[in-house]
Amino acid sequence: MNYYMEFVYVISSILFILGLKGLSHPETARRGMHYAEVGMLLAVVGTLLSGKIITWEWIITGIVVGSAVGAAMAIFMPMTAMPQRIALSHAFGALAAVLVGINEFIEKGHLGELNSGLMGAIGFEVLFGALTVTGSLMAFGKLNEMIKGAPITYKGQNVVNISLFAVTVGLFVYLIFFPYEPVIFYTMIGLSLLIGIFIVLPIGGADMPVVISLMNSYAGLAAAATGFAIDNKVLIIAGSLDGSSGFILSIIMSKAMNRSFANVLFGAVGTPQVDTTNLAEARPITRFGIEDTKFVLEQAERVVVVPGYGMAVAQAQHTVRELSDELEKRGIKVEFAIHPVAGRMPGHMNVLLAEANVSYDQLLEMEAINPTMDTVDVCIVIGANDVVNPAARTDKGSPIYGMPIINVDKAKTVIVMKRSMATGFAGIENPLFYEPNTKMLFGDAKKVLQELVTEFKKV
Amino acid sequence: MQIELIYILILAGFVGFEIIKKVTPTLHTPLMSATNAISGISLVGSLVAAGVAGGGVNSDISHLLGFVAVTAATINVVGGFMITERMLKMFKKKERKS
Repeated sequence: MNYYMEFVYVISSILFILGLKGLSHPETARRGMHYAEVGMLLAVVGTLLSGKIITWEWIITGIVVGSAVGAAMAIFMPMTAMPQRIALSHAFGALAAVLVGINEFIEKGHLGELNSGLMGAIGFEVLFGALTVTGSLMAFGKLNEMIKGAPITYKGQNVVNISLFAVTVGLFVYLIFFPYEPVIFYTMIGLSLLIGIFIVLPIGGADMPVVISLMNSYAGLAAAATGFAIDNKVLIIAGSLDGSSGFILSIIMSKAMNRSFANVLFGAVGTPQVDTTNLAEARPITRFGIEDTKFVLEQAERVVVVPGYGMAVAQAQHTVRELSDELEKRGIKVEFAIHPVAGRMPGHMNVLLAEANVSYDQLLEMEAINPTMDTVDVCIVIGANDVVNPAARTDKGSPIYGMPIINVDKAKTVIVMKRSMATGFAGIENPLFYEPNTKMLFGDAKKVLQELVTEFKKV
Repeated sequence: MQIELIYILILAGFVGFEIIKKVTPTLHTPLMSATNAISGISLVGSLVAAGVAGGGVNSDISHLLGFVAVTAATINVVGGFMITERMLKMFKKKERKS
């Protein structure tokens, strides 16, 4: 045992844990990240100096190329592309794990040291790794709108997926008993790659937060399995930190969408149900114009903004902040209520609003805002729909019944900014729009907000 | 099978669970990019694969696999930490009068 290496790795592990601990508050988060960065540097430099490395040219080339690409992506990628970037990085991490696994298989197989235990670890590593690579690339394609974002479903989809999964697990079990079978091994990797594609195919945009969290978790598990395969403890620790982080996020996201956890684990999320109840039997809606909106806002003491994916699409976050500034100038309290699954990844709205210079203490969680909703004078809903649909609370027949929502309907006045009366992702009618205290303000969110801000600035 | 590795896995998973539970939802996106950067620790495994000459005949393949793995993992480590920092810099508290 190499005591020097073990010592370096344990320090790194502690620094990683401290780094994640920092994320419990925006004020400590950056210091935490510095800890984690030092931890990473120690682990890498420690490994390089451990005396195990014989050839350097490949390593140096890889690090130079990887740093350049990574830095370029980090500097030039706009914040609005963050969901894509996160999805893509899961694919890179998993790819590294798969390749290390294949290499280990070749090496140890060649030396005749491939026993059942080692094969088990390598098997997990390449299984999770491979399906994360293609699954994340699919998610990336969908988020980047290179692939149709809507769910792609076909008859017998579940049967195909389950059979594919069963065959893959079967091959894995076979390999544990008869480890050095290259054909079986590569077939298993190929099938895992297919599984990754197939489980993301039927998933639509609004379910992306769950998928991204799940891929985060799988990428971590692949890294942890790598640790088992090459007998490296820091990989196990960092991998399981990542794994449990993705796992917790998946739980939070699935709870926020009212899906069972089993549903999430097997990735079978996202078949949109088409609602058959017809609320649209010509109940009247109230339309509002810019001036009406301004008038109502001026009378308010407390205003809550509820942003959704529509705000991100319209890139309206900066204009929202301008409006919030105008209101605050008039002594009106402005807060933002953020549903856990608003947007395309966990925390999506928070990042966009932070980019637009909204103070983080104005960003409130659903649980924090709901109990006081009846004291809110005006609630502005921007590009959100299903997460504010009161049918989730009242209509037992609704497909989203039971899903936790932001209770905007309890505010004295609700202003809904929307492009049209179209239904949200789940295709469900929203009774909120027909409530007497709801005012509909139609148009592109950014344009409407801009007009509103201009109106306020006139005074 | 090395039982102490399983021991470490369970403990680390438990610590992770306890710590991540306390992460504020506002920082969930930075959390994902940070854990991503941290799981780029597979770089350590990739380094060994790329830098250790294989059992003879296969060393070319080892080097190639290792090279691609090092590149992919470095993208995650460098890019992941940089973008996390960039995001965290944006989370500011405004000073307001009263």
